[in-house]
Amino acid sequence: MENRSVVAENKPSPGGSAADEFERESVPESRLKGLRSYIGMFAGEHAAGTEFAIGPLFVAHGVTAFDVLVGLLLGNFMAVLSWRFLCAPIAVRVRQTMYYQLERICGVRLVTVYNLANGLMFCFLAGAMIAVSATAVGIPFKMKMPGLNDWLPNSIGWIVVVLVVGLVISIVAARGYDAVARFANIASPWMVLVFLACGIAALPRLGIHSPADFWPVAKSVVWTGVPIEGQAQYSFWHVFCFAWFCNLAMHVGMADLSIFRYARKASYGFASAAGMYVGHYMAWISAALLFAVQLQADPSNTTVAPGPMAVGIAGWAGAACVIIAGWTTANPTIYRAGLAFQILFRNWSRFRVTLIAGAVATFGAMFPALVMKLLDFVALYGLILMPMGTVIFLDYWVLPKLRLTSFYAERTGVATNWAAAAAWILTLGFCLALLLLGGIEKFFLFIPGWFIAAALYIAGSMIIQKRAYRRIEP
Amino acid sequence: MKMLLRLIAAAALAATLVPSILVASGAIGLETQKTVMFAGMILWFATAPFVMARDRSR
Repeated sequence: MENRSVVAENKPSPGGSAADEFERESVPESRLKGLRSYIGMFAGEHAAGTEFAIGPLFVAHGVTAFDVLVGLLLGNFMAVLSWRFLCAPIAVRVRQTMYYQLERICGVRLVTVYNLANGLMFCFLAGAMIAVSATAVGIPFKMKMPGLNDWLPNSIGWIVVVLVVGLVISIVAARGYDAVARFANIASPWMVLVFLACGIAALPRLGIHSPADFWPVAKSVVWTGVPIEGQAQYSFWHVFCFAWFCNLAMHVGMADLSIFRYARKASYGFASAAGMYVGHYMAWISAALLFAVQLQADPSNTTVAPGPMAVGIAGWAGAACVIIAGWTTANPTIYRAGLAFQILFRNWSRFRVTLIAGAVATFGAMFPALVMKLLDFVALYGLILMPMGTVIFLDYWVLPKLRLTSFYAERTGVATNWAAAAAWILTLGFCLALLLLGGIEKFFLFIPGWFIAAALYIAGSMIIQKRAYRRIEP
Repeated sequence: MKMLLRLIAAAALAATLVPSILVASGAIGLETQKTVMFAGMILWFATAPFVMARDRSR
C-alpha cells in the first residue's frame, strides 16, 4: 500500500512537498524532475503501516513459500510494467493531473462523483492505518489485541486507543500535512531498515542459521500452505494478482498521472520497482516472518497485531516504526479524503471536512475487520477506481484512431460524459455479477473488468458522439 | 559540523540494521539488538532532520 492519493490537486510531487501548482495546465519543461527523485519517492512511500498486516495475512491464508516468493516477484513486476507502459507514457505526453484529465474527458459532475467514491475509500484505508498504529500504542496499556476472526471491536480498551490515535491523526491532518510529510521523508530510510532488520533478526528464531536452512524452514514453518482455521485458502494466483493490483488505482487506474507528469521520460515508470521490491516484497516477507515467529511461540495466537509482533523482535524501535508507519500514511490519506469531500461541502472549511473524514476513518478503524480483511478491501478499492483509468487510456490512444473525439466533455461542454459514466457503473455491475453469480474471486476481477470497461467506453462514445454530431450537422 | 552530523546519521542507520545481522549470525542476543536499535532510532531522528534539510537545500 502507499500513502498517496488520487485527489490530484494536492498530490506530492517527486522530490518535493505538496504540488499545488499546474493543477489546470501542463507542467512546463523547466519543472521536470530527475530519476533519483522518483526512486526515492517510491522506495519511501511504499513502506506503509499496512505492510505489517499484509505479509501475515498471506501466511494466514495458507499460501506456500513458492507462491509468496515467486508470486510477489512476478506480480510486482506486472505492477512496474503497468506504471511504465500504461500510466507514464500518457503522463509525459499530456503532463496534467489525473483529476484535470478526467474532468476534460468525463465532465465536472462525473468527476465529483468519482472523487466522493475515492474519498470514502481513503477513509477506510486510513482506518486500517489507524488500527495498525493502535496495536503498537496499546502495548503499554496491555490492551487485548483483536483476533484474526474478529470483525467487531473486541474490547473497550481497543475502542479507546483507536479513538485517541484517530483523534490525534485527524487533528494533525486537519491542520495541514506539510510538517507530517517532512517528518515522513525523514523517517522513511529508517523505517525501511527497521522492516529489513525485523526480517533478518526473525530468521534464527525460526531455526534459520544459514542460507541453506532458509528454503526448508520457509516451506515447513512460515508459508506452510495450510490456512489458519476460518481463513480461505489462497494460491500462487492470489498472491500474483494481489501484488499486481495492490496499487491498481495508481497505475492502471491512472492516479499517478499526477506524479509522472513531472517525469522527463516515460521510462521513469521503472522507478516504481524501488517501491514494489522494497515495500511490497521485502517488507511483506519480513512481516510474514514476524508473524511466523509469533505463531511458533504460540500457535493459538493468530492475531495480526503489528505492534506486538514488531516489539517482540525489534523492541521499542519496532513499536515506534509501526506507529510512525501508520501515522505518516494515515495522515495524508485523511487529509486528501477531506479534500475529496470538500467538493460536496463547498461552504465548509477544510479543517471541518478533514475532521469529518478523520471521524469516518476512526469509526472504521474500530472494526478489526478492516485490518483482518485488508486484502479483500484492497481488492475492492482498486476495482472501484480502475475503470476510470481505462477511460483515460482509451481516450488518449484509441478514440483518435477510431475518429472519435478525445476530451469529449471539454470540447462539448457537457457536465457528464455518459459513455464514461456507463463504462464505470456497468463495469462495476458486471464485476459484481461475475463475483456473485460467476464465482470469480474478487482478486481476479480486474482483468475482465478492464476489457469490459474498454468495450463499454468505446461503444458508448460511438453512440453518444454520433448522436451529438448528428444534432450539430442537420 | 556537517560532516559530523552525516557520520552520526550514517551510524544511526547502521545501528538499526547491523545488530539484526549479528543476531542472525549468533554474535549478539535479541535484547542487545533491541537496545542498539533503540539508540539508533534516537540518533537518527536527532540528526536526520539537519542532514536531510541540508541535502534538500543543496
